[in-house]
Amino acid sequence: MKYLDEYRDPVLARRLLAELHATATRPWTIMEVCGGQTHTIVRQGIDELLPAGIRMIHGPGCPVCVTPLEIIDKALAIAARPDVIFTSYGDMLRVPGTSGDLLGLKARGADVRVVYTPLDAVRIAHENPGRSVVFLAVGFETTAPANAMAVLHAAASGVDNFSVLVSHVLVPPAITALMDEPDTQVQAFLAAGHVCAVMGWTEYEPIALKYQVPIVVTGFEPLDLLEGILMAVRQLEDGRAEVENQYVRAVRRSGNAAAQDAVRTVFQVTDRTWRGIGPIPASGLALSAEFAGFDAEQRFSVGDVVTVESPLCIAGDILRGTRVPTDCAAYGRACTPRTPLGAPMVSSEGTCAAFHNAGRGLEM
Amino acid sequence: MCLGIPGRIVGLQDTEPRTGTVDFDGLRRPVCLAYTPEAGVGDYVIVHVGFAISLVDEEEAAKTLAVLRAMPDAIETELGS
Ligand code: SF4
Repeated sequence: MKYLDEYRDPVLARRLLAELHATATRPWTIMEVCGGQTHTIVRQGIDELLPAGIRMIHGPGCPVCVTPLEIIDKALAIAARPDVIFTSYGDMLRVPGTSGDLLGLKARGADVRVVYTPLDAVRIAHENPGRSVVFLAVGFETTAPANAMAVLHAAASGVDNFSVLVSHVLVPPAITALMDEPDTQVQAFLAAGHVCAVMGWTEYEPIALKYQVPIVVTGFEPLDLLEGILMAVRQLEDGRAEVENQYVRAVRRSGNAAAQDAVRTVFQVTDRTWRGIGPIPASGLALSAEFAGFDAEQRFSVGDVVTVESPLCIAGDILRGTRVPTDCAAYGRACTPRTPLGAPMVSSEGTCAAFHNAGRGLEM
Repeated sequence: MCLGIPGRIVGLQDTEPRTGTVDFDGLRRPVCLAYTPEAGVGDYVIVHVGFAISLVDEEEAAKTLAVLRAMPDAIETELGS
């Protein structure tokens, strides 16, 4: 397919690898922030082909993985109500809450529906005026414009039986939090190309400057990742710390103005707790005052839920990049993609699932 | 939810918000074009959860590939061909 196949060409991948081997003279540690990039890197074994000493750390950029347990438990409480049609992206259905997941709830008769886009949830609300339709609005800056448009569209067309359970997260504050950790090993970042397609990369410029850390906006295909890694290594070797753009075909410096406008109208920045990582100031989005009427948490007053994580799961260390899934005692045993104990085992963008799908550390 | 893929716009519908039909290698789906007002039929867009978030710049795409194709091939170099 055009704009995919060309960026998977094995001959060009080999050239990029040769160039990387010729460029790297010292060991460097680079974090790819985005789970989609982790998926490609692990699946294609890119990290295993890099010059010795170039280490990739898999970052916290999987929305399925970092959505707080509290939100999953609230989703379960709301979805269990007989008057509710609960809608969600498919990959959230198997995220383990304190007791069970949305898929299990659906099997027991709850009306839980997978939608491809949040506009489908608005349509379901329009078609079912007697029911309350709730959409689980999670994700990074990539899904925020879609979720913003769903709220704007529901407001404009008077669909008032629609609401959203919001737990949006933002990438730059997470990068800052990682760099503020005293034992951080990250020396360069690959920034998520599609997050930057929406937001541009001006937010990253002060971060690169303050922490003297190269940040390369990178795409998702194997050649994109190899070129992004090469650009990061060149900066590290030269002692530069700039924001560079590998993903020129899709990302402009100022991003997508129309999408940013919608996000700013519907949402406001808020503190957010990341599953496995903990609270990060100003790292998420919540509904703005003007659209607070669409807040499912208020409509259904699911104030206090008591959450308990699996004691075996070391997801926090994995999301921070200090340990890998094969360090986890449950990995591949108690915890598999079919029986996930922690969120990183659920989505193919989660590091544990990416490792498991590639057969890493498993006796086959 | 987080994967974005490129597709080509093959049709436009007169709806609010602006919607188009996008072809993903034979699979056609409705896509919201509210955030790519400049995109028209024939353009490639990157689609996330049913929304086009970016127009693919065909000139830049060709440039990136040209740079990669101009890199020396390690094996060809070693064999002296
Ligand atoms: S393998 Fe499972 S239990 Fe272990 S860290 Fe990953 S998600 Fe948690």
